Amino acid sequence: MGEPHIIVRDLTMAFGDFVLMRNLNFTVKRGDVFVIMGGSGCGKSTLLNHLIGLLEPATGEIFYRNFNFTKASPEARERMLRRFGVLYQSGALWSSMTLAQNVGLPLEEFTDLSPREIHAIASIKLALVGLRGFEDYYPSQISGGMQKRAGLARAMALDPEVLFFDEPSAGLDPISSRLLDDLILELRDGLGATVVVVTHELPSIFTIANNSIFLDAETRTMIASGDPKELLAHSPDPKVHRFLTRGADDQHPGN
Amino acid sequence: MEAEVTTDQVTDLNFEQGRDSSLIIHLVGSWRMHHGLPSVGRVLHEVSQTKPRSIGFETSRLGAWDSGLLTFVARTIDLGRSRNIPVALEGLPEGLVRLVELAEAVPEKKDARVKTQSAPLLQRVGTATINYADGAEDFLTFLGGVVIAIGRMFQREARFRTSDLMIEIQDCGVSALGIVAMISFLVGTILAFMGAVQLQQFGAEIYVADLVAIGIVREMGAMMTAIIMAGRTGASFAAQLGTMKVTQEIDALTTMGISPMEFLVLPRVVALILMMPLLAVFANVFGVMGGAFVGVAMLKIALPTFLREAWNALTLGNLFGGLFKAMVYGVIIAIAGCLRGFQCGRSSSAVGDAATQAVVTGIVWIVVACGIMAFLFNMLGI
Repeated sequence: MGEPHIIVRDLTMAFGDFVLMRNLNFTVKRGDVFVIMGGSGCGKSTLLNHLIGLLEPATGEIFYRNFNFTKASPEARERMLRRFGVLYQSGALWSSMTLAQNVGLPLEEFTDLSPREIHAIASIKLALVGLRGFEDYYPSQISGGMQKRAGLARAMALDPEVLFFDEPSAGLDPISSRLLDDLILELRDGLGATVVVVTHELPSIFTIANNSIFLDAETRTMIASGDPKELLAHSPDPKVHRFLTRGADDQHPGN
Repeated sequence: MEAEVTTDQVTDLNFEQGRDSSLIIHLVGSWRMHHGLPSVGRVLHEVSQTKPRSIGFETSRLGAWDSGLLTFVARTIDLGRSRNIPVALEGLPEGLVRLVELAEAVPEKKDARVKTQSAPLLQRVGTATINYADGAEDFLTFLGGVVIAIGRMFQREARFRTSDLMIEIQDCGVSALGIVAMISFLVGTILAFMGAVQLQQFGAEIYVADLVAIGIVREMGAMMTAIIMAGRTGASFAAQLGTMKVTQEIDALTTMGISPMEFLVLPRVVALILMMPLLAVFANVFGVMGGAFVGVAMLKIALPTFLREAWNALTLGNLFGGLFKAMVYGVIIAIAGCLRGFQCGRSSSAVGDAATQAVVTGIVWIVVACGIMAFLFNMLGI
């Protein structure tokens, strides 16, 4: 616990000539719940896609412990990816498969377990996210919140070392969103995983995060990092303070 | 004092010179969008004539208003800003002032507006050429990926589910039998009919059987099957994969370390390679039956005579040439469909475009391949 797990050095993210973010430097420690926050469209999800290798950095490097993810060969990178779990914004369950098959696919592909054992593990993982008994449902037959939880069960299938969440509470009601937050913390403790979350939901940020960075679209770089509660109390940057207080100091009409 | 103001009063504005060379705009009557709006040009005209130091509004005779008035005021403010004339909002209704402040709260983002500039002809031709070259490169890269995946399949290293392959085989095999049978039968009758009209003039009706047999088995059976499958299965591949791209299902495979090329493309390509020759055989049978129908019904040739003549006309070269073509078409359809699906953007309209592109690309390449193969077969004497 406590050793550096994800290290990002001088990362620049760009689409062609358009530079989205530059000079990103941060370290996530093992067991952290690390939140990437910032306004809409500032590149939070893009940063996540860089961390999981869907996009290539324009410059800079990403390390997982001593492993240089950016410079790694495709095979080495693929092996590394198997230690990750990713929960996509929409769940991204494979729509032609049942929930049990969705959760079971990574097990089927990367372990020597028998189909019966795989089904047993898939059932347990679904039970962990509160979907006991939904093994044979197709993704289109369940609600959005359930799809998200099933996506989480799939992300956890191989007991990942790092769990990535892209806007986990988007489209969920406050209660479901709160339950998902609790689940994230329990999984972190249970699996001993490092968690990286992209979100701009303030209640979530303060509940789960113990580390964060704040991306700013105007200056095109990170303008703060650290525990969000500390940032709220001590950040000298007015933009960060305004974000974390929902602009409470702003003038509102009718007051 | 202005009790006669009603909501139906016509929209109007008057100008008045205020103190300190200011311009007061009197807003009169009902300012609603569906009445049409007085042009800001009148304000512009007034401003350039009187050159006021400030602009204000007076609304004692203003009736009902909506976004129409808001638009007018906002444009007046823009006008004032461009000429460094302050615009005072005091005279306006309170609700309107709030809306104006809301609209002005966030300054216009520089470079946000889309510049529509039409490029010169040479530049457009150049861009199109580069895009075309990139497209060809994408196609070759994808083809290479498919070949590698097939190689890995033979080494039993490729990751895909046999059940997916079976479903694809059913989808592009058995399910397509009906439409392939109908189209092939009709093409057979058309070929026979066209031939019969000409051959009757020489009293050579019996050769309709040769014409139909060779035409269908060598070219048309495979060709028509390919066109049907491009529209049916190629479009469906592109739409399936495109939707999976939109819903991030393909990303989910990639980040799980499962190659989408092996997991999604391989079963589809293999299914089509296996099924296309079988469908072509089926199409051949129904095409010749279509020809026989015309022969029997119109030319009064006995069915056994027709079939014997057709059988004697065929060579194994014709048959296997046709089946080989069908297999090539199958590869083209599968690759065009899957490639367009993978290239799909992240919106619902992009999925539609991908399906269209898959069919167009597929059919174009089928016809090109048909021409190349006809030439090669001729050279090889098959």
